[in-house]
Amino acid sequence: MSYSSLPEDVLEHVFSFVQSDKDRNVISLVCKSWYEIERWCRRRIFVGNCYAVSPRMAIRRFPEVRSVELKGKPHFADFNLVPEGWGGYVYPWIRAMAGGYPWLEELKLKRMVVTDESLELIAKSLKNFKVLVLSSCEGFSTHGLAAIAADCKNLKELDLWESDVEDPSGNWLSKFPDTCTSLVSLNIACLGSEVSFSALERLVVRCPNLRTLRLNRAVPLEKLAHLLRQAPQLVELGTGTYSADLRPDIFSNLAGAFSGCKELKSLSGFWDVVPAYLPAVYSVCSGLTTLNLSYATIQSPDLIKLVSQCPKLQCLWVLDYIEDSGLEALAATCKDLRELRVFPSEPFGDEPNVSLTEQGLVLVSEGCPKLESVLYFCRRMSNDALVTIAKNRPSMIRFRLCIIDPQTPDYLTLEPLDVGFGAIVQHCKDLRRLSLSGLLTDRVFEYIGTYAKKLEMLSVAFAGESDLGLHHVLSGCDSLRKLEIMDCPFGDKALLANAAKLETMRSLWMSSCSVSFEACKLLGQKMPRLNVEVIDESGPPDSRPELPVKKLYIYRTVTGRRIDMPGFVWNVGEDSALRLS
Amino acid sequence: MEKSGLNLKATELRLGLPGSESPERGSDKNGNAAVILSLKSFVGSGAKRVFCDATDADAKWVFSVSEAAAGRLFSPRGGGSSNNNNNNHGKVHVGAQVVGWPPIRSYRKNTMSSQSSKNDDDSEAKLGLGCLYVKVSMDGAPYLRKVDLKMYSSYIDLSSALEKMFSCFTIGQCSSHNVPSRDGLSESRLMDLLHGSEYVLTYEDKDGDWMLVGDVPWEMFTDSCRRLRIMKSSDAIGLAPRAMEKCKNRN
Repeated sequence: MSYSSLPEDVLEHVFSFVQSDKDRNVISLVCKSWYEIERWCRRRIFVGNCYAVSPRMAIRRFPEVRSVELKGKPHFADFNLVPEGWGGYVYPWIRAMAGGYPWLEELKLKRMVVTDESLELIAKSLKNFKVLVLSSCEGFSTHGLAAIAADCKNLKELDLWESDVEDPSGNWLSKFPDTCTSLVSLNIACLGSEVSFSALERLVVRCPNLRTLRLNRAVPLEKLAHLLRQAPQLVELGTGTYSADLRPDIFSNLAGAFSGCKELKSLSGFWDVVPAYLPAVYSVCSGLTTLNLSYATIQSPDLIKLVSQCPKLQCLWVLDYIEDSGLEALAATCKDLRELRVFPSEPFGDEPNVSLTEQGLVLVSEGCPKLESVLYFCRRMSNDALVTIAKNRPSMIRFRLCIIDPQTPDYLTLEPLDVGFGAIVQHCKDLRRLSLSGLLTDRVFEYIGTYAKKLEMLSVAFAGESDLGLHHVLSGCDSLRKLEIMDCPFGDKALLANAAKLETMRSLWMSSCSVSFEACKLLGQKMPRLNVEVIDESGPPDSRPELPVKKLYIYRTVTGRRIDMPGFVWNVGEDSALRLS
Repeated sequence: MEKSGLNLKATELRLGLPGSESPERGSDKNGNAAVILSLKSFVGSGAKRVFCDATDADAKWVFSVSEAAAGRLFSPRGGGSSNNNNNNHGKVHVGAQVVGWPPIRSYRKNTMSSQSSKNDDDSEAKLGLGCLYVKVSMDGAPYLRKVDLKMYSSYIDLSSALEKMFSCFTIGQCSSHNVPSRDGLSESRLMDLLHGSEYVLTYEDKDGDWMLVGDVPWEMFTDSCRRLRIMKSSDAIGLAPRAMEKCKNRN
């Protein structure tokens, strides 16, 4: 019996066990009939760059999709490098899916512009809509949310992770009908203004499956206890503002409410935190796996007290107030730690305001055997420390180090940090994501090109000396998908020599580098399946061809130039000469 | 940029801060200037806006302050300097903020800057992130911009930066591109300007009211400003009395 004689529905059943996109893609390449069967039973698609494919093409190939994930703007948009109006509009996708995927259940968007119109269209057209995740999105208001609340009868999840929501006062939460009891997850932490507490409370009470509730800052601490008592089944909680007048009755009420939440595994929020109220959460610490204190301006001693009670902690996000001493306590207590993110409390100050150095990270790398994901802002680093970290944790997967002052050398030797990062890529063979900082020459890129074979995303700033640096990365990193570069002396040669590589990647961002407009034009002409977009807010880039291009975004696409480019974005393709004259 | 026969000065965007005069302005027949000039000004006595002074050369495009003034000039690979090959050339000074560095998300910056550290006495100095992004819209412009108010120390700074930022709308430069569904906008913009109507800068404060920029001391403004809007002065006339009232009530 050959596989090709298996009936379709058997094959389809077999394929249904294969969830990963990569594997599904491989399956679809086996033969024509497998391609056909597979495409009819694919239920979720992930489009990492919304301009890489048109919604119509996606819907045509995969007609029965129930879950769509889209990403829009380049990552550096997070740091204000992409001007407003650049693009990333979701409306065309929603319009297409309203017709093409009427049974769509999930939509997850990141860094996209979402309008109220889009949200209203979702609410009106998608009858089985269940999950809406808007991560770092913008362009919509609570009017759009009201439409979702009112019309999505089966809504399970509404997550507005760090989105920019216009907040005209409007009681959108009360638009959830009394018949809505399906909510499992609600994250409104980013909303600036008050929501009706009574509407919130009624919603919480009638949704017995609610597991995740992330409140916004406007919810006062005095009301938190009340809410918790209505939802003791919560697994993930984001507090509102964590400050109140110091009163024993408030404290004991809060502590009592927390102790009733036996399932709590994740805590976040803690804005404006008053340290005296922290002990109210101690009763849940023993079960916590995720703790996000990255907006909590509390000092090291309080942080140590808290963290020392969380032996099951797997993920900690915290401000650098934790200091080396706090990280030492973390390393001693939290042997299950997988992910650590340390954010800067005062990144624009000239002098360090806390005692957080490379030592803290070294200690965690020594004490936490499962550590695999690091984001660390600090002010000094040494090659020795990086080598130690690399040798301690060869299983590191994501390593993002941000030494706050650009081009800071090894503070002990004043050498570049090439050797340190070289050790990271050499020892951590499964490294998928890397962000560099500090003083770096072309040598670090040689190491990266030689060793970082599994690296998928690389972020670089103020590094390197010549085109050779960029060439090492483009020619050596076999798995590279995303490369983002700012303020590096990389120019035309490396880019043009590795033009073909760019088609194997999702995207390349280069700003304040040394790429000429001519080179961009050449690249655009040579590579029809790339969109080469020049961003220049001060006028047409060919009017000053002697100056390097300010911002360059190159991405592969099967749909050609996009039609929604604003006036400051130029697609430098074959007919660019015609367009710009 | 070629002169197209228009008097470029006359069509240049001006932001009419209350009390300040437009230097070298041609005939403004509408009486709009009169409305603006009649308002009391807290902005330094008779300070003229310095649009011309602030640009490197009148006809050249200038880009936003955050790029020109700050880190880019000190950037290691900046215009022709060959510091790159010298490992010991010393660090780039980024005391002035470089756009995009350090890589901290705006959401985080805005959240942190609006938190008060209850543990500190000199909270102002130690607030750290010193960054306050507000959206700026301009009537008729196709898209918004964002500015960091903490980058500027005075109304003059802010005003000249905004003029630069939105200047591309004044002479319809952006109309040469495929800006979908915006055809005809630049033309009507041009007509507006040719008739000499001025723009004024307004802001929405913490209470949600729209006020004219320039009425209150700079620090008070940055504390309460939530967003900015460049609106036609003809639309803004109604704002003036309210703004004055509110000020009186505050003081």
